[in-house]
Amino acid sequence: MPPDLRIEDGVIRKAAVGFRLDDEDMSAPEGETLAAALFASGVRTLRRCPQDGSPRGAFCFMGICQECAVLVDGRVVEACRVAVADGLEVRRL
Amino acid sequence: MTDEHFDLIVLGAGPAGAAAAVKACALGLRTVVIDEALAGGGQVYRAPAEGLALARPGADQQSGEELRRRLAECGAMLVHNHRAWLAGPGFVVEAVGDGGARRFHGDCLVAATGAMERHLPVAGWTLPGVIGLAAATVLLKAHKVLPGRNVVVAGSGPLLFLVAAGIVAAGGRVAAVVDANPLSAWLSRLPEMAARPDLLARGIGWAFALRRAGVPVFHGHALRAIGGSTDVEGVLIGPIDRRWRPAEGPARTLAVDGVCLGFGLLPATDVTRLLGAAHSYRPGLGGWVPDLDENMETSVSGLFVAGDAGGVRGADAAPFSGELAAIGAARRLGRGVGEEKQQGTLLRSWRRAARFGAAMSSLAMPPPEAEALIPDEATVCRCECLSRAVLDRAIEAGSRTLADLKAATRCGMGPCGGKVCMEAAAMLVAAATGASREALGQPSARPPLRPVPLDAIAGSFDYDDLPIPAPAPL
Repeated sequence: MPPDLRIEDGVIRKAAVGFRLDDEDMSAPEGETLAAALFASGVRTLRRCPQDGSPRGAFCFMGICQECAVLVDGRVVEACRVAVADGLEVRRL
Repeated sequence: MTDEHFDLIVLGAGPAGAAAAVKACALGLRTVVIDEALAGGGQVYRAPAEGLALARPGADQQSGEELRRRLAECGAMLVHNHRAWLAGPGFVVEAVGDGGARRFHGDCLVAATGAMERHLPVAGWTLPGVIGLAAATVLLKAHKVLPGRNVVVAGSGPLLFLVAAGIVAAGGRVAAVVDANPLSAWLSRLPEMAARPDLLARGIGWAFALRRAGVPVFHGHALRAIGGSTDVEGVLIGPIDRRWRPAEGPARTLAVDGVCLGFGLLPATDVTRLLGAAHSYRPGLGGWVPDLDENMETSVSGLFVAGDAGGVRGADAAPFSGELAAIGAARRLGRGVGEEKQQGTLLRSWRRAARFGAAMSSLAMPPPEAEALIPDEATVCRCECLSRAVLDRAIEAGSRTLADLKAATRCGMGPCGGKVCMEAAAMLVAAATGASREALGQPSARPPLRPVPLDAIAGSFDYDDLPIPAPAPL
């Protein structure tokens, strides 16, 4: 189990729901953004730079940098602008 | 696509946009607020993620709740979770959200689009685990997630201490704060800071909390490199001089698993640029800002700016400029009569509140010489994967302007649209050509202002419905 970066003290979260990242089963509180959920679970590499293959991950967390682009239901979306939902199918580019 | 008509369109639901909307509604303007986030608040008063509740909400959370309550009750149409990707004269704003594309017409427009983070590229900053300082505030505020187990917080300006103290308060570990400014630069801003004893006390509280937690603060230092193969493993820090150039002195390595990095804020001027408003270079306010009169109106009649998009003055000043913009818009539409007295009061309050924010903004701003901190191997344009060495070669080969550099290398033409790299690229052009940042101007704003799915813009249509012009007679 990777380290979890969620702060527990004084925080009330929704129950965790399951989603899939590539072929891996993941879980996170419903409503958390995908970028935050993956980051908190220790999954920080979300894609490879198309030019040199270097690993990239969420950088701005507010929809500007486009570093957290992933495929959800076959569409390229920013992981920082998609909420975790039960059964979400996420693929890394 | 449906067309919706309003007296006033407000872009952005942060403290400036919310204040503009509430005041405009009070003055009887039919108002729509378009915002990218799921709920109002902007960055400073960002709402917790859906379903997340705090047992003990802090002051910023409470202010955010108050802002969202006032916004919900003011009578404006609230269009959350929509991205405005085009703003045209007249005014027309095209936005895309879950329900597809929408077109809004407004007689006046208030751009309350806030600010973006400024970055100075460093080797290794593209590694996963390196995030912006503003990004760290999103994780801490909206998600209650730490930016790492053991992080270094580096860059310039007050966000350094807000983020580091926030991590410590949440039980996280900060290996060090690396501040480009010497302590004397902070002390030189004391007169402006003393104008707001409450904010000064908050800052001193952060410094004490860091000291209690045993967090070392390296003033006059910068990251020289971030190391790691697939993830952040450590950083190299070293001293810099007063113009932020690398200086002699011992370098240190720190083992960390996360980096929070940022060099102050940059006004988000894409809407005012796209609409052709006049701008001036004011480094004390974060760089290029639209020219505004006392009504917060730009050189384009009916186009107003509120909050940090008009110059980074901070969240405390933002609501005053929002109200001034709303009064200005009402007057343009012949409805703001009798507001002159209040306008004078608002203007004085705005100027007072702005002193503190502007002092912090100028402190965070890298001097032109800071380009020396960007090593040859550092990726400058993250989207197109262009290093400083590649950009410098293009500049040497004749790229003299930002447009030249884009054409020669694609710098700034990736998915982010140059929002992350353009200031750093401009520093490189300025350093190599001897031109001032002011002389280089701003890059052209181009729609889409944010990436949007093409099918959402195109909408649903049948090929048979497309008008085909009759063939030209032979």
